[in-house]
This record gives sequence, structure tokens and C-alpha cells, in this order.
Amino acid sequence: MIAELGAFCLILAFVLSIAQIALSGAGANRPVLAGAGEGAAFGAMAMVGLAFAALIHAFVTSDFSVSNVAANSHTAKPLLYRVAGAWGNHEGSMVLWCLALTAFGSAIAAFGRDLPRDLKARTLAVQGALGVLFLGYTVFASNPLERIIAPPVEGASLNPLLQDPALAIHPPMLYLGYVGFSVVFSLAVAALIGGRIDAAWARWVRPWTLAAWSFLTVGITLGSFWAYYELGWGGWWFWDPVENASFMPWLMGAALLHSAVVTEKRGALPGWTLFLALAAFTFSMLGAFLVRSGVLTSVHAFAVDPTRGLLLLGILGLASGAGFALFAWRAPSLTPGGLFAPVSRESAIVVNNIVLTAAATAVLFGTLWPLICEALDLPTPSVGPPFFNLVFNPIMALGLLILPFGPMLAWKRGDALGAAQRLWIAALIAVGAGFLALMLVSPRKALASAGLALGFWLIAGAVVEITDRVRAFRVPMAETLRRLGGLPRGAWGSSLAHAGVGVFILGACFETSWKLELAEIMAPGRSVTLGGYELTLDKVGVVDGPNYLAERATLTVRKGGRTVCEALPERRFYPAGGQTTQEVAICYRGLDQVYVTLGERRALPNGDPGWLVRGYFNPWVQLIFIGPMLMALGGAISLSDRRLRLGVGRRSKEAAA
Amino acid sequence: MKRLLIALAALACIAAASDPSERLADPAQEARARALFKEVRCLICQNEAIDDSTADFAKDVRLVIREQIAAGRSDVQVKDFLTDRYGEYVLFRPSLSGANLALWTAPFLVLLIGGVLLMMRLRNRATPEALSPEEEAALARLTRTDDA
Repeated sequence: MIAELGAFCLILAFVLSIAQIALSGAGANRPVLAGAGEGAAFGAMAMVGLAFAALIHAFVTSDFSVSNVAANSHTAKPLLYRVAGAWGNHEGSMVLWCLALTAFGSAIAAFGRDLPRDLKARTLAVQGALGVLFLGYTVFASNPLERIIAPPVEGASLNPLLQDPALAIHPPMLYLGYVGFSVVFSLAVAALIGGRIDAAWARWVRPWTLAAWSFLTVGITLGSFWAYYELGWGGWWFWDPVENASFMPWLMGAALLHSAVVTEKRGALPGWTLFLALAAFTFSMLGAFLVRSGVLTSVHAFAVDPTRGLLLLGILGLASGAGFALFAWRAPSLTPGGLFAPVSRESAIVVNNIVLTAAATAVLFGTLWPLICEALDLPTPSVGPPFFNLVFNPIMALGLLILPFGPMLAWKRGDALGAAQRLWIAALIAVGAGFLALMLVSPRKALASAGLALGFWLIAGAVVEITDRVRAFRVPMAETLRRLGGLPRGAWGSSLAHAGVGVFILGACFETSWKLELAEIMAPGRSVTLGGYELTLDKVGVVDGPNYLAERATLTVRKGGRTVCEALPERRFYPAGGQTTQEVAICYRGLDQVYVTLGERRALPNGDPGWLVRGYFNPWVQLIFIGPMLMALGGAISLSDRRLRLGVGRRSKEAAA
Repeated sequence: MKRLLIALAALACIAAASDPSERLADPAQEARARALFKEVRCLICQNEAIDDSTADFAKDVRLVIREQIAAGRSDVQVKDFLTDRYGEYVLFRPSLSGANLALWTAPFLVLLIGGVLLMMRLRNRATPEALSPEEEAALARLTRTDDA
């Protein structure tokens, strides 16, 4: 019964979204209708929320008469993964997508008090139209609560690789990011309809972009961390189509964040900002299509279904086609806005945007190229890491090299020499660090050392920016502290995010270039050495898990004779699905990690039982995950800036009155 | 325990590239083989290199590559051997020829076009930014008020 109510709620949400288009669309000039449209937006969110709750209920109670539950759950699964199972499959994840979409619609209604009334109503109408498309797809083509006539006694279980805490929260974060760009898309289409694109509009675009981009950053990082410790060979980024699908909107979102600043502060580049606003969500939808259609093989692809793929492609074509057609029609009438000199912050941000767009093009082409070749009957190549390393990395490196100059330049007309003078210390630190790495780290690697220099350049550049703003060492300490307190949070946020990029680069370069690995067949009592650590296999025992059986090895990790940690890698067998997985054991050693997995049982040459043990020493690997978290934190801090905080304008107006 | 062991044995899992039973004796040759493995696709897997995959196919291809390297064949020869057998799809690095040139150059073209557009915009608007006498006067007035 609850499942039927849930399915009914989804239909109600679909109908409410239709009402939202009509009411909000007609409400641009009629406040009463606009209010009703907002009500429809809240209602749609509530209905999808109820449907989602019904789905979770079905998973928690293991109601196998619901086909989705039967296919993806199991009574022996721990509660957390039964709940997370609700969005660990195609149908459920679409409900989560719709929930995020309607929630963002409600957020516009609730927090958009400062928006001009007509812009707000139109934005809600467009958001409603997106809701109709995705809810329609969910209701008619991918009902998550469909019953089966003969329910099985036991479910088929969720892929054990997906039974993981990081993966339980990875999709919600990712979807908040993906779908967060829908608000920006709706704002852009609404502005194109109304024909008014100004600084106030850009001011509205920024917080939503920041929020979506920060969520997306966290989501991608969690996914990457999951791959790192769950897939069992220590890789954290594979240039896999599904990863690329989330990376493209991230790159576009990053470009949009910056161009929206230019439009807000200087009134320049309105057309380009609009274009990016449309592109970010287009890439989000492209991601949804790529992951679900099965047109590309991927480690992550789930629920591969060509018919659904075609429908999602249709939605993508319809929504972004309409958006870009409107753009093509209206954009020529936009005034280019503010002037700026070749050396200015505007120019720096434009260069940033060109670089990010070129990088996104590399990812887009690399991801879709095999498809394009297949469609054109050309020999189909694989496009993998070697391509991206050769094309994406240098393009990004170019952009990152000039990044620290951007914040140092004034708007309109900057002083290149002055910026260089203030940044010389950062350059010195970077070159020094790179040189030290070249001399000290063995084996000697020039390119990786240059990469480290780039990382230090970004971090030092961010620090110089803050010290420069507070005039540290040039004015008395008290004055510096006063200025430090007075710095807008936006400045802290952007510096932190830029430093986060540097932190990530450090980790990525160091880990990729200087990680060590070993694989040995070990009998209990034997030891091996790995990058200064001694790993001793003490014993291998058997563990009875809630829904798996496992062999668990106990290894003692020593450094210089002193025990630093105990590693307990497992090799699990899940009878429900007949799958075997590896549970990695990780010893956290500052920024480094010792990463151990247990392989299969294998006889030693003398016939004694042994196990294949793999160990990796991953230096500085923590930075790979800390860096993006700093970026997301920077985004969150910027978002809390008084100048961006939602509704502040109105409250201060009231206070003044 | 017995159930577990039977299950594990039935899976007959083969470990990935660093497996001690597969390694070449010469470290330099082994390093070359490992570098090659990272560029070769495991054709029956979901987007994995044979370096990472535990599938039988990956193991077989690793074996072939190691044999060829041990027999003194160059990287290019090994790659040619693989593409002759399995087609271009087996290599993760698309060749720098034919239609693939579009793939390799597109991102740099975007960079170039972006750069040209920026230059054009900057040039079109390189109007003198000196202030007119009226503006100078207005500015002077404003700064005076500020100081006061």
C-alpha cells in the first residue's frame, strides 16, 4: 500500500510541476498566480519527498514485491546499505534526482525574495518545466515502485562494491551538485525570456553556482576516494566515462563561478556567463544520459538500458536545445558591457575561462570520441589516460601557472609588474621546492618535480594574496590584524579554494610519480619491506560478516623496528550475489598511506599455505582528497559571505526604513 | 570455513599485473612491460587497463606482452602486434593520424580560438581611456569631497 501511495505521490508531483509551469509562467505580472506557482513548487518537493520516503520504506522493510527492491536489496544487508540501496540503482537514483530538482525549485521560491518578481516567476516556470521532463520520465519510463506479480523470497542484493559508507553519501552529494546547476540554467532561460541580463542577475547566479559546484566537488571527491580504497589497486582517477561525466559540469561550473564575478562586478561578458550557465546543466544532463544509457562502457555504469537512454537523450536535447536556441536568438542583442585592458582581472578571468573550456573540450571529446567514430563507421579507438595526460594536463597546467596573477590584478586595468613584484616570493618558494624535489626525491623525476613546484606556486600564491590584502609586514601588526578581521569571506574562500587546487596538485604529482608497490606470496610469519616499512603477516583468520564470509589477514606494519599500525585487509565473499571483494586496510601515516590488500590463497613452493599480499606505499596521497575538500570549503565560505547571503539585501533595506 | 574455501576456489581469481608468478626476471624489461600494460585495454572488462584487471583475458595479454618483450621486441612492435590482432580499440592512446587528429587538436583549437577572440575584443576596445576635461573636473571635485 505504501508503495502505491509513493507511486501516486510521484504522479502528483508530475502534475504539480505542470501546474508550476502554468501558474509561474502566467504569474510574471500577476503576484497571486506567482504565489500559487510557488505553492506548486513546494508541493512538488513534498510529493517527491513522500515518494522517496516510500521507496526507502520498501527497501528498509525488504518488500520484495517491489521489483526494484527485489533486484537490488537483500534481507541480510546492514540497515545503512538497505537505506542507501534506495538510490544505488537506476530508478531510485532518478527519484533522488527529481527530489533535488524540486527541492531546488522550492529553494528558489523560499530564498528568492530579493529576485525581481517577474524573473523569479519565470525561473520557477522553467524549473517546473525541467521537473515535468524528469518526473515524466520517472513516472512513465522508470517507476521505482513497480510491483511484481510473484515476489521472490529473497532479493538479489546490491553489488557489494557499492556497500560502502562513502558510496552511500556520494550520490546525494553528486546529485545536489548536478541538479544545483538546474537553478542556474532556469535563471539563465528566465533572463533570456525577460531580456534583462545585468549585474543583479549575475549576483543571483553566483551563490547557486557556488553551492552546486561545492556539492559537486564533494561528490566527485567521495567517489574518487571510494574507488581508491574499494577497487583495491590504489587508483583514484581513471578517466572513466562516468567520472568524466561528472567532471565536465565541474569544469563548466568553475568557469561560470569566475565569469559571473566579472558580470556582477563589471557588467562585462553577460553573453558568455549566460552561455556557461546553460552549458553547466547541459553537461549535468549529458552525465545522467551517459551513465544510464550504456552507450559507453565504464566501471560505474549501472542499469544499462538503450530505450531509457534514448528518452534521456530526448530530454537533454529538448531542454538544452530550447535553452541554446533562446540564447542564439537573444544573445546578439546583448551589450558586451564593461571595458578592460589587456592586463586586468577581467582578462585573467577570461583566460581562466578559455583554459577551463579547452580542458572541458578535451574531456568531452575524449569521452565521446569512440561513440562518434562508431557512428561515422571509422575505426574506433579507445581514449584513455594516456590521451588525457597528454592533452588535458598541459592545458590545465597552463591555466594554473597564471592563476596566482588573477587575484593580484586590479579590475579594468591591472599592473603586471606590480603583481609580479608581489608574487616573487611565491615564485621563489615554488622554484626552490621543485629544485629540492629534483635533488632529494629518488628516483629523480623532472616533470613530477615541476608539478610539485606548480602546487607550491598555487599555495604560496594564495598566501601572498591574503598577506598582500592585509598589508602584512608593511603596516603595524595591529593594523594587519584589524584588516585580517575585516577581510570579506569571499576573499578567504577564493584563496582557500585556490590553495586547495595547489594541495591537490602536490598530492596527485607525488603519489602518481613516487608510489611504491609490492606483491608477494606470504606465509604467516614472513616479512617484506615496502618503502621503509616492514610488513609482517601474523595470521589469516576467518570472519563471519552480516552478509558475507571473509578471510582476514593480520599484518603488523613496522618502521625502524617500531610497530606503527596493524593492517587487517579482508577478502570477502558475498553469497547473495556470488561476488568476491577485497577490503583494503589503510595505515594513515601523516600525509602518506600504507595500503594493503589480501589476495587469494596460494601454495608456496614447499607446499605450505600462503596468501598473495599486495602492499602500496602511497606518499602524500591524503592531499589528493584534502585538496578538493579545501576547494569545497572555500566555496562554502564564499557562500556565507555577507554580500552573497540570500535575503540580506531586503533585510538591510527594511532596517534602513 | 569449508563453504568459504570452496567458494573462493571456485572463483579462481587471478591477480593483476604485479603478480609474482608473472614477473620478468630483468627489472628493466619488467618496467617496460608494466608501462605498456597501462596503455592496453582489457577488452572483456569495463574500461580497465590490463595492468589493473584480474580477468583471464588481461592475464593472457600480459603474458604475451612479457614474452615479446623478453624476446627483445620494441614497444612499437608490441603495440603493432596488438592492434593487428584486436584493432585500434585495444590501445588507450588513440593514434595521431586520420580522423583522430580532430580529437587531438580540438582542445588546442578551443584554446587558440578563445585567445584570438580575446585579442580581438581587447583590440576593438583599445580606445584611449584618458578622461575628458569635464570628467577630470568631476573627478577633482569628488576627490576633494572625499578628503574633507
